[in-house]
Amino acid sequence: MTTATTAVPTTRVPSDGRDNRAGWIFSTPFLVLYALFLIGPVLVGLVLSFFNTATVKNDLGAFVGLDNYLDILSSVDFWKSMWHSTLFTLLTVPFLVVLPLLAAVFAARITRNRWFYRVAFFAPYVVPSASVALIFSYIYSPEIGLLTKAFTSVGLPDPGFLSATKGAWFAVTLMTVWWTFGFNFVLYTAALQEIPEETYEAAAIDGASAWQQIRSITVPLLRPTIGLVLMLQVLASLKVFDQIYILLGGGPNGSTRPVIEYIYDTGFTTYRAGYAAAGTMVYFLILVLVSAVWMITSRRRDARA
Amino acid sequence: MTTTTLPTPRKRKERSQADKTGSKAFNRLAATCLTLFALIWLIPFAYAVITSVRPIEEITADPIGFSLGSWTLDAYHAAFSLNSIGWWYLNSFLISTLSVVFTVIVCSLIAFGLAHLRFRGKGALTVLILAGLMVPMEALVLPQFMEFRAFGLLGTYWALILPATASPVAVFVFRSFLKGIPDALIEAARIDGASWWRIYRQICMPLCRPAVSAVAIFTFITTWNAFLWPLLVLTQTKSQTIPVGLSGLLGATSINQAEVMASAVLGLLPLLVVFLVAQRQIVQGVASTGIK
Repeated sequence: MTTATTAVPTTRVPSDGRDNRAGWIFSTPFLVLYALFLIGPVLVGLVLSFFNTATVKNDLGAFVGLDNYLDILSSVDFWKSMWHSTLFTLLTVPFLVVLPLLAAVFAARITRNRWFYRVAFFAPYVVPSASVALIFSYIYSPEIGLLTKAFTSVGLPDPGFLSATKGAWFAVTLMTVWWTFGFNFVLYTAALQEIPEETYEAAAIDGASAWQQIRSITVPLLRPTIGLVLMLQVLASLKVFDQIYILLGGGPNGSTRPVIEYIYDTGFTTYRAGYAAAGTMVYFLILVLVSAVWMITSRRRDARA
Repeated sequence: MTTTTLPTPRKRKERSQADKTGSKAFNRLAATCLTLFALIWLIPFAYAVITSVRPIEEITADPIGFSLGSWTLDAYHAAFSLNSIGWWYLNSFLISTLSVVFTVIVCSLIAFGLAHLRFRGKGALTVLILAGLMVPMEALVLPQFMEFRAFGLLGTYWALILPATASPVAVFVFRSFLKGIPDALIEAARIDGASWWRIYRQICMPLCRPAVSAVAIFTFITTWNAFLWPLLVLTQTKSQTIPVGLSGLLGATSINQAEVMASAVLGLLPLLVVFLVAQRQIVQGVASTGIK
């Protein structure tokens, strides 16, 4: 680890193996953990999916080839749960992409007490899903819940937030919007700060109203950010588990069970690890496809621009 | 909430579009709507806190009263004595703190190598870590579970700390920060005969403080809030973390509404404190990692 004292090179030392050892030494701790707990599980999952493994035993079981995959792809329950995750995505994404955008645009026009909005909107995002579900379970409880009472006091029927499928979807959507709204709000706010003040001033001098400024300056300039938020939100919503599991247990009668919970159930209550691993792989492939489609379309957009 | 039309000098960041763009009426409408929205957003918190300090007979008489006529901390006492919330707290704190320490050390080491060292295989290594960003951790729970059982680590703290430590996101946060340190500075230190380890310890890490705190805060929040993995791994009531323990209280008949709310408040209190203390950093961190 000593350096030559004669004729010090002004450029960096060429890659002749000088830093090779140091580089790998610095990388080792991370790589060991990465290999064990990220690459390892991916490979283990892939291997398991071709075997008839039971979760409770320590051996692989019999090799069954593609049987697990055929079972998964023809399983009604798997596709039902896949649909539930998709439905949850369809329900939450519009609210979580549009509302925070509106709020951020409004917040950008406010001079004082901005911290208040930041705290009010972002605070829910940092609290555990279990706390959120506990609080909302009382807001939704039949007859005495805050929101149930709000519904019945204006003459609407009790929607059955925890007992009817439609009511449950409403409940879980509202709870998720409240819980994760702040994240997208912050992303939009950061992007809005990048827009130079002069653009708005010029538009104002030309007589553009506030609404016209938002429509013809803010939204077009924010398009990349909106795309990013949309993508992150779709991926996050497809991974839903906590809220539905804690608040509803996937009920009523499994009618809201998301795909992660389905994998959890098959792997940890019926102990079919090989089958659950195949389900994981199919689900994983779907997520990768979604990301890939988005990357390709956003590349195309960039190329056109 | 009115704004002057006079241009007032303000810090660049805190400027709003209210000046000079002259849409006063619209701005006032925006402020009103947003304030209303923000107040609605605070209702669940307020409801939880107020319910947790109301005497139980009052709640039975009027379940959604917001009155604070007489208040009591009985529910908090009960929450601590009835269930293992003290243990859950201890577990959550230990696991989150250890995860923070390990993540910061392990990820900053490799990020330093990627940012300032030249070694064979660096490109491939970067691609490998980038690929890790694509892997949803939720999809790994089952194989990870099998792996940890084979190692005999189920039910231990290690099972919760180790999987989260090698975090690709943290590596890239550190790397982008370390890249900002000029090569000339590193070269000079090398010429003076400093070892790479010393450069990492005494030059880079002190300069990296913002990245360290960003990674630390985020790791703390995500580990504290993790649910699915701890639910699988920790089966003993006493070894559970706060979120897993709390989820078990839902629908339990042995515990009343005020106590459930008190437990929920206790579960989110540490995080709310962390958030209020470090809110600027958290918000900036979300903004910078999200946008990139």
